[in-house]
Amino acid sequence: MPEVLKGISLNVAAGETVGLVGESGSGKTTIGRAVLGLAKPTGGSIKFEGEDITHLPSGERRRLAKDVQVVFQDPYTSLNPALQVADTLSEPLIAQGIRGADARKRVLELLDRVGLPTDSAQRYPREFSGGQRQRVAIARALALRPKLIVCDEPVSALDLTTQARVLDLFIELQRETGVAYLFITHDLSVVRHISHRVAVMFRGEIVESGPTGKVTTAPDHDYTRRLLLAAPTADPDRQAERRAERRKLLATTGASGAAVNLD
Amino acid sequence: MSVYDPSDTTTPAAVEGGAETRRAGAFLRLLRKPMGLGSLLVLAVVVVLGLLEPVLRTHSPNFTSLDFINAPPGTPGWPLGADQYGRDIWARALSSINVSVISALIGASVAILIGTVFGLIAGYRGQRTDAATSWVFNLLMTFPALVLVIVLTPLTGGAYQITMAIFGFFLAPGIYRLVRNLVVGVRNELYVDAARVSGLSNRRIISRHVFYVVRGPIIISAAFMASAAISVQAGLAFLGLGSTQVPSFGVMTNDAFLNIYGQPVQLVWPSVFLALLNGALVLLGNAYRDVLAGPQAGRKRRRTRRLVGEAVPMAAPGAQSSAVSAATPDRGEGGLLTVRNLRVAYPSTDGSEREVVRGLDLEVNPGEIVGLVGESGSGKTQTAFSILGLLPKEARVSADELRVAGDSLLDGNGAAQRNLRGGVVSYVPQEPMSNLDPSYTIGSQLMEGLKRTMPRKEAKAAILALLERVGIPDPPRTFKAYPHQISGGMAQRVLIAGAVVSRPKLLIADEPTTALDVTVQAEILDLLRELQRELGMGVLLVTHNFGVVADLCDRVVVMRNGELVEEGAVRDIFHAPSQTYTKELIAAILDEETTRSDAPASPMGSGVS
Amino acid sequence: MIVFLLRRLGAGLVLIFVVTAATFFLTYGANIPVARNILGPSATQDQVNLLNTQLGLDQPILQQYWTWLTGVLTGDLGTSYFTSEPIASALASRLPVTLSVVLVASIITLLLSTVLGIASAARGGWLDTLLQSVATFSYIFPAIVLGIVLVYVFAIALRLVPAIGFVPFAQSPVGWFLSVILPAVVLAIGGIASLAAQIRGSMIDELSRDYIRSLRSRGSSEASILFRHALRNAAGPALTTFSLLFITMFGSSLFIEKIFALPGYGTFAFTSTIQGDLPAMLGVTLFSVVLVVIVNLLVDVLQGWLNPKVRT
Repeated sequence: MPEVLKGISLNVAAGETVGLVGESGSGKTTIGRAVLGLAKPTGGSIKFEGEDITHLPSGERRRLAKDVQVVFQDPYTSLNPALQVADTLSEPLIAQGIRGADARKRVLELLDRVGLPTDSAQRYPREFSGGQRQRVAIARALALRPKLIVCDEPVSALDLTTQARVLDLFIELQRETGVAYLFITHDLSVVRHISHRVAVMFRGEIVESGPTGKVTTAPDHDYTRRLLLAAPTADPDRQAERRAERRKLLATTGASGAAVNLD
Repeated sequence: MSVYDPSDTTTPAAVEGGAETRRAGAFLRLLRKPMGLGSLLVLAVVVVLGLLEPVLRTHSPNFTSLDFINAPPGTPGWPLGADQYGRDIWARALSSINVSVISALIGASVAILIGTVFGLIAGYRGQRTDAATSWVFNLLMTFPALVLVIVLTPLTGGAYQITMAIFGFFLAPGIYRLVRNLVVGVRNELYVDAARVSGLSNRRIISRHVFYVVRGPIIISAAFMASAAISVQAGLAFLGLGSTQVPSFGVMTNDAFLNIYGQPVQLVWPSVFLALLNGALVLLGNAYRDVLAGPQAGRKRRRTRRLVGEAVPMAAPGAQSSAVSAATPDRGEGGLLTVRNLRVAYPSTDGSEREVVRGLDLEVNPGEIVGLVGESGSGKTQTAFSILGLLPKEARVSADELRVAGDSLLDGNGAAQRNLRGGVVSYVPQEPMSNLDPSYTIGSQLMEGLKRTMPRKEAKAAILALLERVGIPDPPRTFKAYPHQISGGMAQRVLIAGAVVSRPKLLIADEPTTALDVTVQAEILDLLRELQRELGMGVLLVTHNFGVVADLCDRVVVMRNGELVEEGAVRDIFHAPSQTYTKELIAAILDEETTRSDAPASPMGSGVS
Repeated sequence: MIVFLLRRLGAGLVLIFVVTAATFFLTYGANIPVARNILGPSATQDQVNLLNTQLGLDQPILQQYWTWLTGVLTGDLGTSYFTSEPIASALASRLPVTLSVVLVASIITLLLSTVLGIASAARGGWLDTLLQSVATFSYIFPAIVLGIVLVYVFAIALRLVPAIGFVPFAQSPVGWFLSVILPAVVLAIGGIASLAAQIRGSMIDELSRDYIRSLRSRGSSEASILFRHALRNAAGPALTTFSLLFITMFGSSLFIEKIFALPGYGTFAFTSTIQGDLPAMLGVTLFSVVLVVIVNLLVDVLQGWLNPKVRT
């Protein structure tokens, strides 16, 4: 689906997590892909450490691989099923000219760091569960000690218990390495858990941004409020209250049409 | 994606076994298959016969001896006899092998070279390059190739090699399409994006990720194209196009054809050699395809074997009495849905059975919403489908008791379930878009089941009224619309309308909001709640989302590995779960009070802006 | 839909233009000694030059092409160098023969592969094996071998059908059928294998889709699911395969006409190619491409009817 962006401004500081929340078609994935150089924005600029990287030619763009990395949503298609885990993990190393014993050592280090047994190196992706595959994907992102990782819905394909453990891994790795995350998700509870700051997107625009606590408890924008009230909470009584509150909000703003037209 | 193999049913054991065999090289595995080894051997023997031609023959293939005209096979010095011109058939056959092999090599290599190069370029570059090349190759594909090969013969000066190169050119679009589609598929894979972000150059990505995928299919097509080239060369020579001085199976066939009333046996030799060459190539291609499909291929075939029809639940062996009593409907029990000791199993490749639901008990009362929760692999979806009778036919479903609204479903032939579906029991699926047939209007799909029970006009009125009820702005327009003309949220409303139009007593909803956005989810949940109240339906709601459970359900059943872990009223499960697993699940829910409060990690470099 | 068809028609015209132009320049540019071939080795160089002038072969090739192209646009395909018969009427008189064979083959192919494909998708088992065997068989035995074997068995040994020749439909429908059935069967054997495999694959894909389960849940009958829904959605890819198959069958028919001594396109194409009868060779090419374009357009219309996304 085409995601149209309209003049987005977003900052991620070193060592912090910025959550980017929105529904399908809001443009959040496009932003992530633009930062990664996988999509070309038609206007505006993306700066990394002060350097404009918006329209870098692909040769120079590859240099950035050292600093900017990615973890995708689907751990089933983000790993080549034909490659052993060691091959997948050494991919970024090869690109930087690290080979042989150095590469092997680094692969084992990475597996250890994301909590996978070292014999995983000679295994194929399909021998792993979804959560384990996502750990492999995280290890690949960490291989070059990047400064920023774009995380595109990295836990939404996972089971509840796995999701919590993988989120904890993200936080732990951030504390150890000081990496920054641009964390793209549709799930508000995930955002609350991992983000220092949040930006809410709606139809290609950022309608609200600020510290996580502020945005997720006392939002300024109507859409954020609607989003918060729409997410069901895991408690029957509080959910009943939330439902009533949501009805009240919709009655006063009269805005339900927006959500019906899913594009 | 195979629908009948939901993530609910993956078993790690089967996966492990597959990996071992994958590690052996594809070629080795080909040799291990009798068909692969056999056809390779036949091919090798025939090719070697051709190569040893000067040693194996006693006469030159064009040498004629008037004394041996139509000599029978077995004549000393003329092992296969002689043709009507007195030429040695054995010598001619050996020569013809070489012509066929060279034709196959030229035809297949030209096709593969052109097709692969352009397919890789078009598939990988995409956009305008792809559009332009694809247009050209699609056009080339519709060329009447054989006509042109015939008409262009004068250009070749009689050399069959050039004719085969021209033919190979016309075969190229097939390879091009194959390669291009595979490459486009791979290019859209996330792992290629990840490789690009990892800093790999295009050349490396193609050799590492893309070429691996196209290699196997190209080898398979090469075998088929080689066989096609051999046949076409034989056909052209049979017609008499090309040099008559070059012996080939086509020329030999023609000679034999002219002699068919006198010596039909002469027809056998070129046919046998053509059949051996083509057969070996085609069976080799097939064997290699099986090898690449991997160990799952056999299982997949079994799975797809009986797609029509659905699994019929059987009474469990120990429950004869209950099954018998079911024959006479007794409506004494109060439960709307009663399930006792439900078991669902699938046959696996080694002949054993794999149980995905193991002895589940379940009860839904009239007007009650029961949440069936569990993580992937817990068997919750399998349970729902076995009640609906929508499991694939090879699934073995058994139960001591399976009753909806008092009627037993254990009638042994599935008739009870067929009667209930679209009437007493109905179903709301997970993915709204894929659950509508793209070729029919929404109205006609919803009407289809309904037409059995009510007149057309009435059915249409009922559906229009319901479309309005589920919040569709312009029901007559949506009635006439095709699925691709409406949004996902709308499609789910349509499916809900289709599910409740028969005023069912039991609604089974399988993750009905998982594919939807949060704001749409909230509306669909509201709609389900309202409809449930209006119609007084019992609802079995399959979900992994505890928010949805808290929003809708009266009672919760927690499943794990095909077994029931715990069941209870919704507040008890949330506030006082008794089982460890339930406690773990509840604890894993990200609570809403705490937001991340620690400071950003100590900067080791600067960030992005 | 109309825009879509116009675009396909445009592509068809391009195809006709490109193929005939390529053939023209390749054959006329190949310096085939046409006049020498006609007059024989005993003719003097003056006689050859005179004939070359009469045939217009001494003009620049672009000039010759222009003459041919403008002729085609007015329905004049030239006359044969050897028989002086107008190419257009020669082709028109042969059209019924080749079309009879190819159409009967198409009908057999469509019917049998639909039945086989659906049955094999729905039931599997021995039907799968049968389908595989037919496919392998059709690859192993080239059309010419198959044709000769059929002639030998049914015409020579059993005398069930005439071995050679063509009977026009108007003259005797039964005779017509008997004269085309063997060649049609030879062509169909190759076609059935690939089309049935395609239909089987698409049917299996469709039957495993979500909407089938939804239809079942709303009480649709198995027959409706199989024929009304799965088959209709599987028909699109199958039709595309069929349109390519038709081109192949048409091409193969040229090869086997010789076996059955049918006075169709194949014999004509073969004779004119051997002789270097340039206008006749071009005529055959033009007629073939036009036929291909017509069949493709028919398939496009059917696709549009089947697929609402194409229509809108």
